[in-house]
This record gives sequence, C-alpha cells and structure tokens, in this order.
Amino acid sequence: MARSRLGVDGWIALGCVALLACCAIVPGMLAPFPPLAIDPTGAFAPPSMAHPFGTDDSGRDVLSRVVYGARDSLTIGVVATLGGLLAGTLLGSVAGGSRTRAFGPLRYAADRFIEALFSFPGLLLALLLISVRGPGVASVVIAVAISTAPGYARMVRGGVRQMLGSGSVEAAQVQGDSTARIWRTLVLPETLRPVLVLATLGVGHAVILAAALGFLGLGTPPPAPEWGAMLNAGRPYLTKAWWLTFFPGLAILTVGIACTVLGRALERREQWQ
Amino acid sequence: MAVTSTIPLVRVEALTVTFPGRELPAVDNVSFAVHPGECVALVGESGSGKSLTARALLGLLPSSARHRGAISLGEDPAPANGSPAWTAIRGRRAALVPQDALGALDPLRRIELEVGDALRLHRLVPPSGRRERVVQALADAGMPTPEQQLRRRSDELSGGLRQRALVASALIAEPELIVADEPTTALDAGHRRRILGELRRRVREGAGLLLISHDLASVRDVADRVLVMRNGRVVEHGDPRTVFSTPAHPFTRELIAASPGGKPRGSRLLSTSTSTSAAHRAQPAPKPRLELRGIVTGFGTGSLRTPVLRHLTLEVNAGETVGLLGESGSGKTTLLRVALGLHRPEAGRVLIDGVDRGATSRADSRRMQRRIGLVPQDPLDSFPRGASGQSVLLDALRAAGVARAQRPHRASALASEVDLSPELLHRDAATLSGGQRQRLAIARALAREPELLLLDEPVSALDVTVQARVLDLLDELQERRGTAYLLVSHDTDVVSHMSDRVLRLEKGTVSER
Repeated sequence: MARSRLGVDGWIALGCVALLACCAIVPGMLAPFPPLAIDPTGAFAPPSMAHPFGTDDSGRDVLSRVVYGARDSLTIGVVATLGGLLAGTLLGSVAGGSRTRAFGPLRYAADRFIEALFSFPGLLLALLLISVRGPGVASVVIAVAISTAPGYARMVRGGVRQMLGSGSVEAAQVQGDSTARIWRTLVLPETLRPVLVLATLGVGHAVILAAALGFLGLGTPPPAPEWGAMLNAGRPYLTKAWWLTFFPGLAILTVGIACTVLGRALERREQWQ
Repeated sequence: MAVTSTIPLVRVEALTVTFPGRELPAVDNVSFAVHPGECVALVGESGSGKSLTARALLGLLPSSARHRGAISLGEDPAPANGSPAWTAIRGRRAALVPQDALGALDPLRRIELEVGDALRLHRLVPPSGRRERVVQALADAGMPTPEQQLRRRSDELSGGLRQRALVASALIAEPELIVADEPTTALDAGHRRRILGELRRRVREGAGLLLISHDLASVRDVADRVLVMRNGRVVEHGDPRTVFSTPAHPFTRELIAASPGGKPRGSRLLSTSTSTSAAHRAQPAPKPRLELRGIVTGFGTGSLRTPVLRHLTLEVNAGETVGLLGESGSGKTTLLRVALGLHRPEAGRVLIDGVDRGATSRADSRRMQRRIGLVPQDPLDSFPRGASGQSVLLDALRAAGVARAQRPHRASALASEVDLSPELLHRDAATLSGGQRQRLAIARALAREPELLLLDEPVSALDVTVQARVLDLLDELQERRGTAYLLVSHDTDVVSHMSDRVLRLEKGTVSER
C-alpha cells in the first residue's frame, strides 16, 4: 500500500537508480569491453552495433567506460552524502541541543560554524580542500561531504529544537527517561526522517558535484573512467565526435534526475503519512 | 425581557445543511427567529451544528456545504451563501463575535485599525472621528485604558484583552443582530461577566443576540430563549429557566448534569457513575507531598527581564486536590515546569515529600520524578508520532521500572481503570477522540503509581459531557488510590467542583480564595 504511493515516476526513477547500482557493483557483466582496452585503429568510431556508444580518441569503448564510471561516481555520491549527513547531524544536534550552562557556548559555536560554512559556495569550499589535499577520490569525497553538510545541519538543528520543545519529549522527561534515551527514541528518529528523504535528493547533487570536480581534473586521475573526466577528455572533439561527451553527460543527467524524482516521490509519501 | 415585535431581525425556517459524502445532515430542519431586544441561545456539544447554524445566518458556510431552507434578515430574504451582497450586511447589520480571538485578529495590524474596520468599510464615520469611536467601543467592551491599547497588536494583548478587542470590533458599528460563537469560552469568570454584561446591554438597547455557548450558567443568566441541539437537531427549546429546571429531553438532562458549576466537591457529575458522599473520602493528612518555597523565575536579563513567578510558595498535601486558577500568561505552565524539574528556578526550593530536589543527584532527582505524574493539556502532542495507546502505556511502564514480562498485563489493567477498551489501545492515538486521548494520558501518568498528579488544563479541550466523565474518573481514581492532585485550569466551575482548596495565580504569586 505504501509502495503504490511512490507513483509511476518514482518507480521509473527507482529502476534507473537500480540499473546504475548494478553497473557500479558488477560492471564486468554489463560492459562489453574492458574500460581501458585501447584500439588505436578503431578510434572515433561513431555509435554502432559493436560499440553502441561509439569509441573515444584511443579507441576505448565509451559504453564500457560509462558503465565502469558508475562505480566511482556513485560511490563518491553515496559515501559523500553519508559523510555530509553524519557531519550535518552531529553539528545540527549540537546547534539545536541543550541550552544549559555547560552546552550553551558549544551550541553557540556550532550555530556560528554552520553559518560560516553556509556563507561559502559549496564548489569553492571543495576546490579549497582539494587544493590543500591534492586531487583524488578521497579528496573529492571529503570535499563534497563538507560542502553538503551545512544544509543537513540546518535541517537537523530546526528539527531538534522543535522536538526538544514538544510535548512528547516533555512527557518522556517527566517519566524520568535519561537524556540519551530521549535522543535515541524520540529526537533523532523524528528529526532524521525528513532529512533522510532529502538525502536521496542529495545523492544526485553529490554525483553532479563530483563530476564537476572530475571535469576540472581534480577527481580520479586518468585513465580511470570517471564521468566528469570523460566529459573533459571529450571536450576538444565536441564537433567531431559528439558521443564522447554526450553519453557520460547523459549518465550524469540520469543520476541527477532519477535521484531528484525518487526523492520527491519519497517526500510525498512521507507527507502523506 | 422578551420583546415581541412583528418583524424578527432574523428568521430561519427549516434550515438543513449537508456535506457531500456525509449521510446525516450537519444541521437538520432547524427553525427559529431572533427579535429585537431578545437573546436566543444555542447550546449543545461540538459537532451538534450550533456553529454551522450561526454561520449560515451570516452567509459564512464553508463552500463545500449545501443548505436548504429559508433565512430572512428583517423583511428581505438573505443573500445566497458567499454572495457579494453580504459585505453590505456583515459588520453593519449583523456581526459575528468569533471564538478564537487569536486567529480572528490580524497580528500585523494595530488594534485601532482592527476595531475600526467596520466604520471604515461601511463609511460610517469620517477618518477624523474614528479614533474617538474606537476608544469608546473598547471602553464599552471593558478594555482598561483603551487609549493605550490603540497602538498595540493582538499578540501583545493577553487572552482576556484580546477577546474584548474582538467584541469591540464586532459591536462598534452597532449591529442589529449579534452572533456570538462561544465568546467567553477562553476567559475566566470575571472577564466572562464583563463581556456578557456588554452583550446584555446591547440587547436591552434593542439589538438581537444569538449566543452559542456550552456554559449553561451564562445562558441561564442572559438568554430569553434557549435551543438545545444534538446531532444537528433541536431537541428541546423554551425559556431557559424552565428548560434547565425541568428538562424534558434526556440529552438536556445529561448536559445539565455534566456541568460542574455549583456541584459540591466529591459528588459525581453523571448519574451513571457511583456517587459517594464527601464523608467517605479519606481525610487528607497534612503531610506535604509537594512544596514550592519562594520560587522566582523570569525571562530575559537586565532591563528586559520579565518576572514570571515572584517568591511563589505553595504546597500540596497527600490525598488532597489543590485547584490553581489563572489567566493565560499568568505563569501556570512555568509553575508546573518548575514542580516537574523541567525548569530551574532562579531562587527558591522544590521539595518532594520533604526532600529538596535541587540538593539531590541527577539520578535521585529522576527517581523522585517517578512520584509525580503529569496529565498535559494537549495529550496528542505528548504521544510520540504514530504511537498506539498500547505502545504509549508499555513505554510508561518501562519507565516506571516494571519488568518486561508484566508490562502487557499491567497495560490492560491501566486501560480498564480509565475505561479504555482494548481495541482502542491498538489504534493510532491520533485517531482517538479528545476524551479517549485524555483517558490515555491519565492512564500513562498512573503507570508509575504517582503520589501526586499535576493536571494541566486536563479538560479544557473537551465537551461538557466528556469533561464530566473525565472529572468523575479523576475523582474515582483519587478515592481508590489516594493520589494528590494539583489541578491547573482557567475554568472556575471545574476548579471549585474538584478542589479542596482553590488558589489564584496572579502577578506571579498565589493567594487563597
């Protein structure tokens, strides 16, 4: 019953995400060629039966590279979102939490820190971090996590404050429950439910951000297949061989749209309940 | 008082209001008339169709409603529901005093503009003369220092003052017909008297008043005729003195019985409950369960500081009920939060069974907590979202330290003690009725066998017959268990019916009444 409320669009989006997840988990079963197998004689082949997405400047099969690229892109998207969620929850919980003498200054500090993070554009923050740490998958994950954390923190902070002032928390305090128990059973579950729905949207956002960093050459070093880096590599041949940029771009677009549609469908379901 | 004039101000004939998709009509074949200088009262429970009837008179029915029957204002038939012709009538010939003053006044506009609206919209008084009329209307409605209220906004006024501003805004254009929908429900006795006095004065001057109320005492004082409504129908009507002294319909009898005004302490309100005389009640031993000593609290610091409680001292002894009366904003909630240990006072001590709560460790303080229970004003808000009654009770028993194996058994015992049937326990608490939710909240508070229950407006949201059942239940539980109650309410009748001692909270301190 709850499933049917996902709607047709939600199910299609879920299908896209599932397909891309398969690509990320078992690329060898879906890709017709190894991603790094070069074939100098077959370079710049347009899409055909043998190479549905064509081949690139080194004769590598674009379809296989897109399939293999899902692993990096999705891993970065999911791990970075989880990281951002974790950091945001911690920060937001402190900022929304107790006003007592001991926690008051901490709460104030967390609040200001969230605002400071908010005041930098996410991409700028990510660029700064990568320029300090040097490019690489780990850097991209951390950078994306940090740039998405303040949004989650702001939501968690509001939810925590609302819950702490609610009658259900008061009732738990009155019956002598410990603070830890109140957070575990009431404050965090109620606060995180809408945030987790939002995180579904966030995965798409994180994938796009990671691809943007890859495009700038700050992500996975070549020749590993990564969608953003593929876009960049195909850029000089945009007029000659459109398929070099079109298919990785399509993959990024699919993830972005699928995550957004799925997130919205979950959000609707959440509001119906 | 009954003035019979040939032409009534409003005549309603066979009014029936239905909603698509609902089988029974919300208002069923209701007829009555209001003449100049006459007050007609509609009484009944929520859902009986009182408010819909009143709204139909002013063309304010919800757009999904369908109505049949004739409504005439004076000699003319009333315009269709929602017709623009109403704008010439509302505020000028007929005015509404709504129940919810906070929702009815625009928080962004000054009182002067809000109250003067009818004069402006109907172009009755030139702008230069409006202020004077607004001041006069506010004074008539019993507003103290009306000149000083002109520049304030509704959220800066207390509940009582807000309701008076609303009455002033309805009466300023001297309408012939006044429709007052529970105008005094949120007010305490003093404010209620003043508002009703002003409405009565208008009636003496020739206006017609349709008063909707569940407060039978006010109706008896003010109304010339009363219509008792149930499930959309008028079940009984006539002179209020006759109707209330010799009610013909069983529902009227129940309504009268349920009203706590004038019923002595210890007596049951509804005949279905077993009645016990006051002599059977355990004599309260003068052993203090809860003592508040010199409590001081306030908000803000320095010159912005607003004191809430000033050296408040109060005690509740074993087995007794202390009633605490106070307006909204008088610090009732803060007092309860201090007693529960949820709010640390700036000065003063909280003693539970003679032990100072502030001087104990956190763990001990939490253990002491178990001896006090709270029944909140809004029980639904106090249940976790989506929780069933069963899970609420099981959680309360867990917190009370009951072994897991015994919890289901104890939960059903608690439920039967408050008359909640087992099938209700498995439903989402949000689907329970107001009375059932309150029973669940009481059962939850009883889970840890407290010696003292703090009751925060436990019946303010309930209909009078449901309220009577809850009050009877509280009485019975007290007899059986000897629990002490601290009952906080703005309803004088409820408090005097329930309490051994009545205290009034005013200006941050309590005085005996």
